[in-house]
Amino acid sequence: MEETLRRRMGLIRKAPENFLSPEEIDAIKQGRRDFIRKAFATATALAASGPVINAYGETVDPGKGDPNILNLPEWSTTLGMPVATRGYGLPSKYEAGLIRRQSPGLTQTAAASVSFTPLQGTFGIITASGLHFERHHQGWHEIDPTRHRFMINGLVKTPMVFTMDDLLRLPSVSRIHFIECGANTGMEWANVAVPTVQYTHGMISCSEFTGVRLIDLLEMCGADLKKGRYLLAEGADGSSMTRTIPMELVESGEVLVAYGMNGEMIRPENGYPLRLVVPGVQGVSWVKWLRRVEVGDKPYGTKDEAVHYIDLMPDGTHRQYSSLQEVKSVITTPSGGQILLDKGFYNITGLAWSGRGKIVRVDVSTDGGINWRQARLEQPVLPKALTRFNIDWVWDGKPAILQSRAVDETGHIQPTYGQLRKVRGTRSIYHNNAIQSWLVNENGEVSNVQVL
Amino acid sequence: MSKFSKTVIAVATAVVCGAAGAAKYEGIGRPATPAEVKAWDIDVRPDFVGLPPGRGTPEQGEAIWLQKCAMCHGDFAESNEVFTPLVGGTTQEDIKTGRVKALVTGSVPQRTTIMKVPTVSTLWDYIHRAMPWTSPKSLQSDEVYALVAYLLNLAEIIPYDYELNQETIKEVQNRMPNRNGMTWDHGMWPWGPGVKAGGIGNGGKPDVQGSDCMKNCKKEVVIGSNLPEYAWDAHGNLKEQNRVFGPVRGKEISEAAKEEAQTAAGRQQSMLDLAKQKGCTACHGVDKAIVGPAYRDVAAKYAGKADAVDYLAQKIKNGGAGVWGNVPMPPHPSLTEEELRSLAQWIASGAKVD
Ligand code: HEC
Ligand code: HEC
Repeated sequence: MEETLRRRMGLIRKAPENFLSPEEIDAIKQGRRDFIRKAFATATALAASGPVINAYGETVDPGKGDPNILNLPEWSTTLGMPVATRGYGLPSKYEAGLIRRQSPGLTQTAAASVSFTPLQGTFGIITASGLHFERHHQGWHEIDPTRHRFMINGLVKTPMVFTMDDLLRLPSVSRIHFIECGANTGMEWANVAVPTVQYTHGMISCSEFTGVRLIDLLEMCGADLKKGRYLLAEGADGSSMTRTIPMELVESGEVLVAYGMNGEMIRPENGYPLRLVVPGVQGVSWVKWLRRVEVGDKPYGTKDEAVHYIDLMPDGTHRQYSSLQEVKSVITTPSGGQILLDKGFYNITGLAWSGRGKIVRVDVSTDGGINWRQARLEQPVLPKALTRFNIDWVWDGKPAILQSRAVDETGHIQPTYGQLRKVRGTRSIYHNNAIQSWLVNENGEVSNVQVL
Repeated sequence: MSKFSKTVIAVATAVVCGAAGAAKYEGIGRPATPAEVKAWDIDVRPDFVGLPPGRGTPEQGEAIWLQKCAMCHGDFAESNEVFTPLVGGTTQEDIKTGRVKALVTGSVPQRTTIMKVPTVSTLWDYIHRAMPWTSPKSLQSDEVYALVAYLLNLAEIIPYDYELNQETIKEVQNRMPNRNGMTWDHGMWPWGPGVKAGGIGNGGKPDVQGSDCMKNCKKEVVIGSNLPEYAWDAHGNLKEQNRVFGPVRGKEISEAAKEEAQTAAGRQQSMLDLAKQKGCTACHGVDKAIVGPAYRDVAAKYAGKADAVDYLAQKIKNGGAGVWGNVPMPPHPSLTEEELRSLAQWIASGAKVD
């Protein structure tokens, strides 16, 4: 009886100020209706009369109704702002919390560091360009596109130079792909280290990239594709980031010399005016501020493939040229540091991806991996792109452990921490694709845990 | 178009590009001049293709190091302040075997550069292209040889009077402590012939496979690790990192919330934190010059100048050199006006810390 009443009451609860401790009032201000429910299980029955507090901390007289309906808000009763008030549009001021953030203590200096995408608040598969994660080794610049040049040399008949004019005149393609830093989730190899999905998984983004197929440019230069099985890509910034790229991926037409991202020019932090797009491969290979590509017959052993982006195995060897991003997924809501408002229905939602191709299935468990249910994959499901999954869940107020597990089109299944560590130990830093677990406690608080 | 003019065009493009593909996209791109290729083609491969001639000894390197590198990496490349230490953790035994023992045992807390790098070419290439961090590509070849030699000497790979040059560097390769420490036999380079046929990788075969069990997959759930209490507090107030509406709210982290409140109230005491957070302390100490001047010295220099705060805020924003030496400060385009002003204010008024 009380239960049905509670449900029907929806958002509205008995006003509790007089009965509540300061902590309890805090809890309510956070929107913790469950808290109120527990403290005032009996009082709820009386809710039909007298003031109550809703999930937003507003006082409501349920006999009359919601003041947001009864008293028209200012946006319904005043003139709004004119067009082009903001020549370049911005998110609502109410979204100000969802921004790229650094993980304190991760790096010593902000110009060789990372900022993470707030996955806890993003929708669908495209990352807003302003929220795309950043990783710089020597700071970022605003490159003047009229002074930027792109050169191809090495095992080619004619080394060539292209201006941005040249590149934008050529036939273009647009493709949606994820880009994930090889060190994404790297802080969690040995144990839980960070509180939210922004920091556990936020070195991933997915965008529509527009540019020229690199193979077309190589053919213009008469590249020797027989001998030249490796490419060196090099940036124009201070670090002049260099990485070895496999010619097979270039020949498949997948590798792009891209200038566009989500309908506009690539943002400066992401490589304006030109970056390499290497689908399925870790982000460091997507060289930003791209100035040069060299065709060669051997890998290059650059700093970021001989000192970093190498995976330490239990036997003390490092895996070198570990480039591919393997099958992986994560639940983005509910996730660490969030609090469920109440028992009842939730849409568990998350992202899945694989550098080997398309995602074919995502399973979700709410009991820490004892039982699994198949989630819905939302369209579009594209190769080497983020795939959004959703699944219905009714929370009964008891502790739960939420997990997701992705499978890609090659049949590769995302492993547990136990399975991954058995082979790779805990010191790899890179390529942690273990199943993520979120513990929901009775208060609805979600925290980061590792299930073996 | 006549047969004749077609031939002319074909010949002309062949001369320009000498490639079939070029004809398809007529008028796009142009041949690079030899000088242009030379200016940009700076990479050095593990087989030393691309390594320019030159020479240098650790002794020469030490002098350059102290002038251009030590402020960030420490006198002995041991500093942890701006980046992880470059040298340390290797032994004479490692130099013999080409395998760094500390990587097996995990006995060293931090993996230094020299513990990992298998190829000496990598050090040469990287220092040449990217260091010093704030003025990359400013070193001459001889200086790079000398600096690499200095680092190798610190790691006791070569003696103090050893001349590193295009020839001797090949010998040094055979003494690199982790030269045998890399494996290419893994599933994460699925392209090409594979390691057995002279390529990289095992053809793409994954080393770990998950399970597709759906029902009663295990008897119990073993939680291996929980978030430690301090880690909850280390990432700010999570409430403010989530929406104020929707199915969930962010958790209020009272420690972080308290700190944020304090920042607003008493700016003075948390300005050092802000400077740290913005990466300023990598180059500036309060009392100690690092790459840039000590903040107290800056305060002294501009004491009593009415426009000091405006000037310093602009300078922090735009960067630049010449006031304290030749080393430039990088620009800080991501700081807000408020942050710029409060940092400038704090520095100008003596960079007080409580
Ligand atoms: C202003 C500070 C600064 C100065 C000066 C500086 N470095 Fe660095 N150095 C760095 C930073 C920061 C990195 C890491 C960059 C990155 O994350 O890619 C680095 C990286 C390196 C590395 C690679 C280490 C690794 O494990 O990746 C070497 C080698 C190096 N520096 C040598 C030098 C030499 C030689 C000089 C002097 C010519 C020098 N540095 C001057 C800040 C500095
Ligand atoms: C990579 C090193 C580096 C970083 C990071 C750095 N600085 Fe500097 N800073 C310098 C150098 C070098 C100078 C001296 C410039 C000159 O001689 O004109 C300098 C000068 C200054 C000055 C004095 C300016 C003048 O003209 O007298 C102030 C104030 C200052 N920095 C504040 C900051 C603040 C605040 C930050 C962080 C937001 C910061 N710096 C980050 C290197 C750095």
